[in-house]
Amino acid sequence: MQHPLFILSQEDWSLHRKGEQDQLRHQRKVKEALRDNLADLVSEESIITSQGDRIVKVPVRSMDEPRFRYDYSDKPRVGQGGGGTSVGDVIGQAGDGGQEAMPGQGREAGDLPGSDYYEAEITVDELAELVLEDLQLPKLKPKGAEDLTVPDVRFHDVRPKGLIGNVDKRRTLMQALKRQALSGQGGGFAPQPVFPSALAGSAAPADQQAGVRGLIRQEDMRFKTWEEFRKPQSSAVVFAMMDTSGSMGRFEKYLSRSFFFWMVRFLRTKYEDVRICFLAHDTEAKQVDEEAFFTKGQSGGTRCSSVYRLALELIEREYPPSLYNTYAFHFSDGDNLDSDNGATAELAKKLLESVHLLGYGEIRQYGQGGRLWETMNGIRHEAFSRSVLRDKSDVYRTLREFFREEAEG
Amino acid sequence: MHTAQLQALEHSIAEITEMAVEEGLDFFPMRYEICPAEVLYSIGAYGMPTRFAHWSFGKAYQRMKSAYDHGLSVIYELVINSDPCYAFLLDRNTLLQNKLIVAHVLGHSDFFKNNAMFSRTDRGMVERMAVFADRMRIFEQAYGSEEVEKYLDAGLAIQEHIDPHERFGREGGFRETEGGTKDVIGFIASNSRMLEDWQREILYMLRGEMHYFWPQMETKILNEGWATFWHLRLLRRLALEEEEILEFAKMNAGVIQTAPGRVNPYHLGLRMLEYVERREGLEALFELRETESDVSFLRGYLSRDMVEEMDLFLFERQDRVYRVTDKETEKVRDTLIRERANGGFPYITAMDDDYQGRGELLLLHRYEGLELDRKYVDRTLPLVHRLWGKPVHLETRGENQRTVRYSCDGQRVAAG
Repeated sequence: MQHPLFILSQEDWSLHRKGEQDQLRHQRKVKEALRDNLADLVSEESIITSQGDRIVKVPVRSMDEPRFRYDYSDKPRVGQGGGGTSVGDVIGQAGDGGQEAMPGQGREAGDLPGSDYYEAEITVDELAELVLEDLQLPKLKPKGAEDLTVPDVRFHDVRPKGLIGNVDKRRTLMQALKRQALSGQGGGFAPQPVFPSALAGSAAPADQQAGVRGLIRQEDMRFKTWEEFRKPQSSAVVFAMMDTSGSMGRFEKYLSRSFFFWMVRFLRTKYEDVRICFLAHDTEAKQVDEEAFFTKGQSGGTRCSSVYRLALELIEREYPPSLYNTYAFHFSDGDNLDSDNGATAELAKKLLESVHLLGYGEIRQYGQGGRLWETMNGIRHEAFSRSVLRDKSDVYRTLREFFREEAEG
Repeated sequence: MHTAQLQALEHSIAEITEMAVEEGLDFFPMRYEICPAEVLYSIGAYGMPTRFAHWSFGKAYQRMKSAYDHGLSVIYELVINSDPCYAFLLDRNTLLQNKLIVAHVLGHSDFFKNNAMFSRTDRGMVERMAVFADRMRIFEQAYGSEEVEKYLDAGLAIQEHIDPHERFGREGGFRETEGGTKDVIGFIASNSRMLEDWQREILYMLRGEMHYFWPQMETKILNEGWATFWHLRLLRRLALEEEEILEFAKMNAGVIQTAPGRVNPYHLGLRMLEYVERREGLEALFELRETESDVSFLRGYLSRDMVEEMDLFLFERQDRVYRVTDKETEKVRDTLIRERANGGFPYITAMDDDYQGRGELLLLHRYEGLELDRKYVDRTLPLVHRLWGKPVHLETRGENQRTVRYSCDGQRVAAG
């Protein structure tokens, strides 16, 4: 007999799990790749400007399989129109660099060589976890001994007497049920409301109390009780000081804000009680709210000393070093009034008497440092840390330099 | 799929199969499997019902799955070059969809069986890849999956550099092209002094798989065109209900849809075949499906009329836009051929396994008008080094015709 020309079958395919497993392998790779690319991702604009826990798409170059391939950018390729296309017609928009969308891409699985990057989806939170993994506020100490504890209470005992506001309803009900069950008066969970509604509120009038004794007797009542104790507190205040003068261009502001974005994120994630004072300055410094700090542009000349003076005033007025772990970070392009450099360095030294760390970041896209950098460079203090940022990836490096335990050197 | 549906499908398959035989198609015995979407896209991602594990397949799987979950794309069928020829149908397909697909895959099966590029492919590859997968699992148990992945990553990076004209499995006998072997992966597998046996075996397995996949990459336009030609022709012969005719037209339009920035192989292949049929008759098509690859098909048949009729053109990135730059037949044809030549991959040969007398590896990229992408050289050459264990060099040419040599010492890639 001849072979049949075809067989039709329908099998049980539930054995297929491999796709899922390899998908996990791939996700693990994505995470590794993200980790390798953190320096670039930290200053990814879509992240800095993202609100909350939005998912961001980040390009992860190393996730497509490496192989030798042609460079087609700026090379002619073959396309197909619907008829009557002429030379000079525009058939699509080109994006930036590697992220170009080929015209017509996405409608159907194409056979053009794929776009040369892989887009990973990640929430800002997940990314923050990777970025902030091993950062910490250096030299953080619980401030003071007894006088720096805060009063707090904890409920950790149950007693038969107490204030009606602290009734432990669950235990009281259990007690009543237990008693009734033991005494043989029915019991169990009856359909009628065994628990008087009065008890559900906070304080019940005395007459109502009397009325419920049939169901729940005074002897059933159980009260939570508390103990006062003093919790040691490590408070911290961080001064985010940013130059917003006219000489700070888009790039400089962007880098400063990237740094502060991650710093704020880091502080809020890792520390329960940390205050952040946002100080913006041009020739004068003022405390601004967070939103203004991250969004508003300013202009004018530069007098860096103003912001150090403001920080010192705030320390004196509101954040005495005996009560607070204090940190200050200042970002500028270093383009300061010449006459102000000396004053700035003097105030910085003064500030160093009260802070665990003063970080100075100078953003210099081109060229050498100015006078401010030189003057600041004269400061010798173990709590002083400085960093020059020339491109986007320096934000990550600076974060790591400033927020590591026991800055060396 | 319940019994009545299965019976209706079986009946349709019988009808279409008979028709295909009458029309002169000569295909392998067919084995149709009905399966749910997740199975279809996992086979799609791996390219085979059973294949070794690798994260890149997981990536493809995730893409297909999410495209499917979001309703962006549906794979209706998958067909595998084997004897019997496996075709997988999505269990949610309508009867009409299945009719079209059955006609389409009969075209593929005929092509697999008769096209010269496929004459030496291993028709038992379904089972062989399952054996490879077993071997890989054994290696993972013995050496750890991370260690296996290291060599798989490196092997996959050079997987397409085989010599498709060489007979599979011939030990040590490399076909010498002008001063070098095109079988780079085989050359490294047999000449590297640092590889352990299991690592060599991984490379040979990858090479075997590529020998199998290669003809499909060389005949994408022709193969898809042929299958599309036949699903149209066979379905036109079927007595379809009015509703079915509409559904058929819609589905077919989806298959051959064009978009300005790319060439749809289904569309291009179909239109070229139809053009040839009008001029030279159906017999001519049967002949060329036996002898041609995409490159020879385009070279021999893509005429000025076709280029105009199909509105093919060249476009380029200029500033921030893609702009049409040329419509001349020769240039369009040459560019298409260049995109299809060597499966679309740069042509690279292994030149020397003892370069500079120091046991270093020299590879040569045979420049044919397109430069290598430096970013990818930087990422790929270190993987070649992983397999060679000593410095590796890749010689190529820049646009200015100057020779460029990339060298990798295991750490970084330098250009000289």
